[in-house]
Amino acid sequence: MQTTQTLPPVSARRARSVSFAWLGVVPFFLFAALFLILPSGILLVGAVQDKQGNLTLGNFAGMFKGVSLSLVATPSQANVLGLTFPLPFTVDFQSNSMINAYILSIQVSVVTALSGGILGFLLAYAAVLGGLPKFVRSALLTFSGVASYFSGVPLAFAFIATLGRLGFVTVLIRNYFGFDLYMTGFSVLSLVGLVLTYTYFQFPLMVLVITPALDGLKREWREASENLGASAFEYWRHVAFPIILPSLLGTMILLFGNSFGAVATAYALTGGNFQLATILIFRQIRGEVLQDPGLGYAVAVGMIVVMAISLALYYWLQRRSERWLRR
Amino acid sequence: MKRSTLFPWVLIFLGFLYFFVPLIGTLDFSLRLVKDQITLEAYKNVVTSARFQNTFTYSFIMALWTILAGTLLITPTAYWVHLKLPQLRPIIEFVTLLTYVVPAIILVFGIIRVYSRPPLSILESELGSDFLLVMGYVAMSLPAMYRSVDTGLRAIDVRTLTEAAQSLGAGWRTILLDVIFPNLRIALLSGAFITFAMVIGEFTIATFLARPAFGPYMANLGQTRPYESTALTIISLGLTWACIGMMQLLGRGAQGQIAGTR
Repeated sequence: MQTTQTLPPVSARRARSVSFAWLGVVPFFLFAALFLILPSGILLVGAVQDKQGNLTLGNFAGMFKGVSLSLVATPSQANVLGLTFPLPFTVDFQSNSMINAYILSIQVSVVTALSGGILGFLLAYAAVLGGLPKFVRSALLTFSGVASYFSGVPLAFAFIATLGRLGFVTVLIRNYFGFDLYMTGFSVLSLVGLVLTYTYFQFPLMVLVITPALDGLKREWREASENLGASAFEYWRHVAFPIILPSLLGTMILLFGNSFGAVATAYALTGGNFQLATILIFRQIRGEVLQDPGLGYAVAVGMIVVMAISLALYYWLQRRSERWLRR
Repeated sequence: MKRSTLFPWVLIFLGFLYFFVPLIGTLDFSLRLVKDQITLEAYKNVVTSARFQNTFTYSFIMALWTILAGTLLITPTAYWVHLKLPQLRPIIEFVTLLTYVVPAIILVFGIIRVYSRPPLSILESELGSDFLLVMGYVAMSLPAMYRSVDTGLRAIDVRTLTEAAQSLGAGWRTILLDVIFPNLRIALLSGAFITFAMVIGEFTIATFLARPAFGPYMANLGQTRPYESTALTIISLGLTWACIGMMQLLGRGAQGQIAGTR
């Protein structure tokens, strides 16, 4: 570095370069402190204060006010996004608007992480390992790159224009098949519509992440298992799938967070009818719900906690997947 | 061993159907302002409206500021970390992850809370609000921008370039502006395009900072003018795609990460 100068003693050099070097990153950390850490920190502070400014956990307790859960050993049915499943027990669950918002957000996020994840995986699988011509793969990656940026308000409008009451597909089906989608109870403004719309920005991410992982499956592994007499199913069941499972799950967790934090799409699609956690905060900032500000901060901090947990899980899985797939 | 490609073809076909049908539907819808006729009337109405021109210009300018601020903030930092402080890499990574953990709606909630009351009550002035909007956008585009610059830095030999410049007597300003920046041109451009695509139609932060931006205008129009708002969707899509297309042409997309504003 200092080839043209006489070098000062090593100890002095180190002391000086350290003290100056830190200055170079001050603007960045100042920015992070002012526009990331301070805003989220202040929500946390607000969440642990009561109206008089005293330290309290009452706001978090308040989030669970009126919530009770008990199990009874009689069979019943569960309802997830309009689909019913039989359950061997009865859940007696009393809730409030905040917890309901979280539950709805988590349901939507889990379902769209699964739908987007599975769709994305199948597409990547078909393009990488399906024996299709090369252009399919590059076209899929290009379209996925584009579609992952197609979200928010315009995406909601696109789905209304396509599946709305007067939408392109709705009208097409009615004119050519004489069948009215909306007679079946379908609506693009319903939860199913929301899931369809979210999946559109979810699956590209899975394609983009899982394609390199599928590329990383070595041909030798397949050949080795075939030599040992494994069927294609056995190869997938015992070799390929366990290897890509961590990155598959990891990406689905990213998709979960992606959907959990989304607000613009849902707002533009349903005008805030669905009480997702983000929509609840949206309305709280506008001063429409939860007259208690501390409670609003607690709901926001709860969202940060959910996101942080999902990110931690992601990192743990990422570490596991790196064992076999070095990128 | 040759396997049947029927199943993969069916999957790809279904995938492409899912991808294209909403686009075709939107395009079709946007052309039907006049009954039983294909017309560009909706586009004409949108493009000639003063609200569109104002909000779009506003968002465009804010996007440029975001790109400028992001570039000036991130490039020197990434360069410095690369050259002198590699041990800071995990901390920088942690900061960029914060933008994932704190979604836009939460970020703007916190920003309002911090900057609407003393001692930092800059939200009260127009200029202050614009500033906060740009800072929020920089925060949002931080991971994409950082990754793009970082990839660019990895591709060049930062240390040798710096030492060469130093031995020719260049100061830090010359090194950054005349040596590092030009070498990162492609990375910076692709970062700029991603940022632009993310910011131009952003809704959440702009809404709550009460900015006359394009995203809130679009959402508003959707409630009253379905055809015009669909035309707007096509326009904003075209813009986004132009950006992403440019980025992919430059060959260095920061891909496979959370992108855009949900």
